[in-house]
This record gives sequence, structure tokens and C-alpha cells, in this order.
Amino acid sequence: MSPHETTAGWAEEAVREHAGSPHPSREEQVLERIARARARKPRIREERITLSHGAGGKATHTLIEAVFLEAFRNPLLEPLEDGASLVTAAGRLAFTTDSFVVSPLFFPGGDIGDLAVNGTVNDLAMCGARPLYLSAGFILEEGFPVADLQRIAASMARAAEAAGVQIVTGDTKVVQRGKADGCYVTTAGVGMLERDVVLSAAAARPGDAVLVSGPIGDHGITVMLARGELDISADVVSDTASLHGIAADLLDAAGDGVRLLRDATRGGVATICNEVAVASGVAVVLEEKALPVRPVVNGAAELLGIDPLYVACEGRFVAVVAPEQVAAALAALRAHPLGEGAVRIGTVGEDPPGLVLLRTAFGGTRIVDLLVGDPLPRIC
Amino acid sequence: MRYVDEYRDGDKARALATAIAASCEPGRRYSFMEICGGHTHTIYKHGLEDHLPEAITLVHGPGCPVCVIPMGRVDDAIALAEQPDVILTSFGDMLRVPGGRGSFLDSKAAGADIRMVYSPLDALKVARNNPEKRVVFMAIGFETTTPSTAMTILRAEAEGIENFSVFCNHVRVVPAITAILDSPDLRLDGFVGPGHVSTVIGCEPYEFIARDHGMPLVCSGFEPLDILSSIHGLLQQFADGRCEVENEYARVVPWAGNPKALAVIDEVMEVRETFEWRGLGWIPDSAMRLRPEYARFDAEQIFGVPGVRVADPPACQCGEVLRGAIKPWECKVFGTACTPETPIGTCMVSSEGACAAYYNFGRFSRSRVKEATAP
Ligand code: SF4
Repeated sequence: MSPHETTAGWAEEAVREHAGSPHPSREEQVLERIARARARKPRIREERITLSHGAGGKATHTLIEAVFLEAFRNPLLEPLEDGASLVTAAGRLAFTTDSFVVSPLFFPGGDIGDLAVNGTVNDLAMCGARPLYLSAGFILEEGFPVADLQRIAASMARAAEAAGVQIVTGDTKVVQRGKADGCYVTTAGVGMLERDVVLSAAAARPGDAVLVSGPIGDHGITVMLARGELDISADVVSDTASLHGIAADLLDAAGDGVRLLRDATRGGVATICNEVAVASGVAVVLEEKALPVRPVVNGAAELLGIDPLYVACEGRFVAVVAPEQVAAALAALRAHPLGEGAVRIGTVGEDPPGLVLLRTAFGGTRIVDLLVGDPLPRIC
Repeated sequence: MRYVDEYRDGDKARALATAIAASCEPGRRYSFMEICGGHTHTIYKHGLEDHLPEAITLVHGPGCPVCVIPMGRVDDAIALAEQPDVILTSFGDMLRVPGGRGSFLDSKAAGADIRMVYSPLDALKVARNNPEKRVVFMAIGFETTTPSTAMTILRAEAEGIENFSVFCNHVRVVPAITAILDSPDLRLDGFVGPGHVSTVIGCEPYEFIARDHGMPLVCSGFEPLDILSSIHGLLQQFADGRCEVENEYARVVPWAGNPKALAVIDEVMEVRETFEWRGLGWIPDSAMRLRPEYARFDAEQIFGVPGVRVADPPACQCGEVLRGAIKPWECKVFGTACTPETPIGTCMVSSEGACAAYYNFGRFSRSRVKEATAP
């Protein structure tokens, strides 16, 4: 095809599109082909693990689905929610686990210890459960200062007490110097599902509102700056906190209107919205103007060339709520100290299914996709 | 952030959009190329095309530093990284660029010491902190970033740091524009000129485009309002029957450029006779290398780079995209075989690449979405 035919092709299509022709344009046909390609079962192509596989974006999803889901497939794992819900004689239990490799181990507003407790407590809270018991596993590098370990343990104990959970079992391994970076922590937790609600990424419906419990991106930017690799300093601290209290208040106030809760950790708010769009087969439309981002976080993110929508939080969550419960939900969130900055950031729509769109402050529209690659490694 | 928000204001954008629509001659179609990848990114990130009338088509040019690196240079860099005691430092954008045998990320996973840095000075810091290693900086970019590489070499010399070298892939924007102007499938009406590059080289080097090729150019800033007002400026020139180089970005770009930065480049580097560009082939005078006086900082001299030549994969249409001959989605492998996770071409890797920008931000039907998201 000569380039001139190509040009004429665009022009014709534009006119046809304008006339409201029901035939999809050539561009739309390409878009449909891409949507089909994306819906295919993910295959892992790399021969080795790269940092992208841990970033929470597309590569992480592919790894989980192609390796772990493939090997472990069962109905409890398959929904890939933050935790599994188990039916026992004693009632319904939520069960989850999470590993922490943050660097540096100590940063403004927290450390790997409270992160490890809050992370698992929050995964349980996001299932709608009351967190009860945690386990803690430590991988320590030869030469790691005992004083640092004591500091981490003390911070875990404080976080556990604040969250009303007990750390009831644990494990410790030490590896040779150079085979790990100081200290890694893995926690697992169980909680009781006492409410009669089913929260799921697949439950969103057109018309629902998308809420976030407060300013986003604080944790990721704090850790990034704490590494001191970038000569920027900013007045920002991690938002790490346990969310079971505020989540319970929200469920009390908006009950069956709450479709799902997700804490916006690795991959940020953008990743959660993508999970919702795909699992529910809906469009999620976000309003750029409504996104709560602190000016310092915005400024640092701009310098780093990253979008705050992808930056991890450790004490914020996204809630998708039925339209009639939005007012009650926002009121409940704002009444809690951790939710003073709660706002509505978007709406669930029908078309295009599986995509997240952002209406920019500038007045345009764009896609917010899953992240490829790894702009902020070892944030949690 | 206030300074930035001022250039992202939706109301101002709507006012400009109205002015742009009114400046279009009825029945006429316009194709404008934004040369710079930063502009391409801004256009998609802010959904700028929603403000343009259908008569205006934006064509994405070759100004993405990562996109123009040929596969052979990636392989050369990996060969450097595999030498004993070498740490290869690179901007994050380069990590996923596919070479003939994998990317930096693959090579890193296989054991090479490749580190991401934010600036050449960071790379120099790595050299300072690892005196027993040989640290190579993969230098890429147009004239925007060339001065900082040159300055870093001067700094290394001043500090007597001997374990630092640069694998120089700096390219020049004007020869690339010339190559596009000379390409047979050219069908453009004007250019949105690159802003950052022009802070260094100024606006004068573009005058031949208006004079010899009869196409206006408006040098534009990086905020979405800058780009809209540059497009408006181009249309005004058509309406007035003018054909000139204009400077929309005068708040940052001096007409004569930055003589200090140019002097630093000239001190350390010289123009290569020719350089291979991804998709565009060999372009005369289109890149820089270190002067012989600085050979001890030149990785190509120190290590004897293999000089690998790798033909672009047959499916890849990056050249046509970089020349603006096709839109990203018209490439046969776009979005199916070639995606940001599994890029075949470079335009899919960098956030400034046209294919990546379209795939990440623009992969939806604007006409359908307009109805669905109407407030
Ligand atoms: S889709 Fe891939 S191969 Fe095709 S032009 Fe774009 S980057 Fe190149």
C-alpha cells in the first residue's frame, strides 16, 4: 500500500466515523483485535525472573497466572482476591499472606516491621474480615545488627496491638552475607468473616462510584526519597496504617452497597482499577481533577517521571460503592481519622469493558493501563 | 506545581480549541509533525487530540532518544556489560529495549551488573563508589542531554576518576529532520518544533525548513497548552500566508540557544560522519562521539566494542512510524505481537515512543468513549 492510499484511508474513515456509521473503522478493528489478544491466557516468555515480575504490573499478573495459578489452581485461589475465604465449622475465615523486602528498612513514618503487620491486617480487612492472628517469618542476612532486629520486632508488636491482632507463630532463617539484603519479613494472617457481605473485584456494576480513602502515593514516594539516590528531599511520610477499623466503619454504614475494598499497595490505585475493570467486565472512568495527591508527592513524582496513580500506599484503600450508598460511605470514611481526605475519584461505566479511562484536567481522555516495567522497586 | 497547572488548564484549552477550529480553512486537512517524543507523550497523556478538529492530524516524529537506538548498539552495550568488572549504567528507559539477543533487563537477570541511573552524574558517582570496577555510562539523547554527558566527562577528568567511560550514542536533531524532509513518503504541512533540544541549539538551525522546504515550524514547550498554542500558531501562519520559524517557548528557549552548553559539547565531542538510526538507517552527520583528546573516557576506544550490526526484525515498521508514514496502530504487529511487555520495536519501549504512547494512553475509540464519558 502506498502512503498516499494510507492517508486517503484515514480521511475516509474519519468522515465515515463522523457520519455515525455502524461499521467499525479500521482503527476500531485493530483495537478489537488487541482486546482479543489481551484476553488470551497469559504466557510467560522470559527465561529468567526480572524486576518487572515483582512490580505489581502486567508482568506480575502474568507470573501469577502462568506459574502459580497454573500449578495451584483451585476455586479458593482462582478469584485472586487479597485473601481467600474459607468455610469452616466455626464460621467463615479469611486467610492471606504477604512478603516485605522494602529498602531502606527504616523510613519516615514507619519501617519494615509495621509495614509487614499492617500489610497483612489490611489484606484481611479488605476481605471484610476481623483480623485475628498473624504469623511472622524472618529471613536475615549474616551480620545484620541485632539492635535493628529488636527495633523491627518492637514496631511489629506496636502495630499488632494497634490492630488488635496477635502474632502467634513464626520462623527465622539466616543466610550467608550477600545472599539477602539485611532482613526480609513474611507475614500471614487469619480473620473472621462475620458480616454477610461478599466483596469481590468482579462485583462492580455500571453506575457505581469509585472512592479512595485519602491522599495517594505518600508511602512509595517516601521510600523512594529515603533511599537518597535522588538528591531531592520532601516533607512527606509513609501512610502505613492498619485499615481494619475504617473498613469496618464503612461496612457498617454502607453495608451491602459496598462492592469491594482494595488497599492501594504495589501498583497503586491504577492497578486496582484495572483489576476491577477486567474482573467485572466494566469501564472505570476516573476524574484527574478529583484525584487526591499532595503537592509534594505530585512534584516528586513529576521529577521521577512517574504517575502518582501507580505509586504504592500502605494505608489507603479504594472502595467501589453502589450509587445510593455513596453519601453514607463518604460520611463514614471521613468520620474516621484515617479517612479525613476520602473522596470520590470516578465512576464505573459500561463501555469500553475492561479498560480504565482518565478524564484529564486538560479536558481530554486517556487510558490508565497496568504498569509495564518497574519504576519503583522494593517499595514494600 | 502551580507553575505547571497553569499550562494544563481545561478552560484555557477549550478556548484555544475553539480558536484552532476557527483557524482551519474549511475543507482543508492539515498534517503536523511533532518531532519530539516528549510532545508525543504529552499529547497522549493529556488526551490533547480530544481538543483538535478532525481536519488536523498529528504525526509523531523521530525525537524519542530511546526509539532511535538501533539493535546493534544495544548488543554492543550488552557486550560491554559482560566484560569482567564492568558496571553498565543506563537510564531506566533503555532497560527493556530489545537488541538482537535480548534486552539489558535480560542480560541483568543473567548476571551482568547493569544499574539504572537518573543522570550521567549518578553514573559518575557509581564509578567513584566502586573504584575496583570499570563503570560505563550508556549515553543516549539529543542535544538536550548531550551537554550533561560532556560536563560529566569534564568532571571525571577534573576529579581524576579513571574508571569511568561513556558509550556515546548522542544524536543530533537537525540531520534527522533533514532525513524526514528527504523521504519520498513525506506528506506534512508543518512542524511542532522540539522544546528541550532548542534550549541548547536555539531556533536558528530550523530556518532552512521554512526557507527551503516551505514548511512552518513553531518551537513548542512541553505542557499541553503549549502544544495547542503552537498548533494555533501554525494555522495562523497559513491564514496569514506566512511561512516562518516561530518560538512559542520563548519563556525557556533563547533564539540563539545556549552558547555555554554548545561550547561544552564542542570541547568534548565531535560530529560522527554517519550513525545508524533505528528504522531510518544511516544518516550523515547525525551523531556525536568523543574527541580523540578524551579517548580514555570513550568506551568504544577502551573496550573495542564489537560494532554489531543487526537488521531490524522483518515485522517491525518502526521506520515508517518514526517518519510519520503510518500511524502506530497501522503497524501489522501493533498491540498483538508487539506490546510494551513484549516489544518488537523500540517505539513500543520508551514512554516517549509513539507506539507506547498510543498503546498505553490512546488505545480506545475516541468517538465511542466521547458518548460514554460525557459528563
Ligand atoms: S508496533 Fe512495534 S514493531 Fe510496529 S512500529 Fe510500533 S514499535 Fe515498531
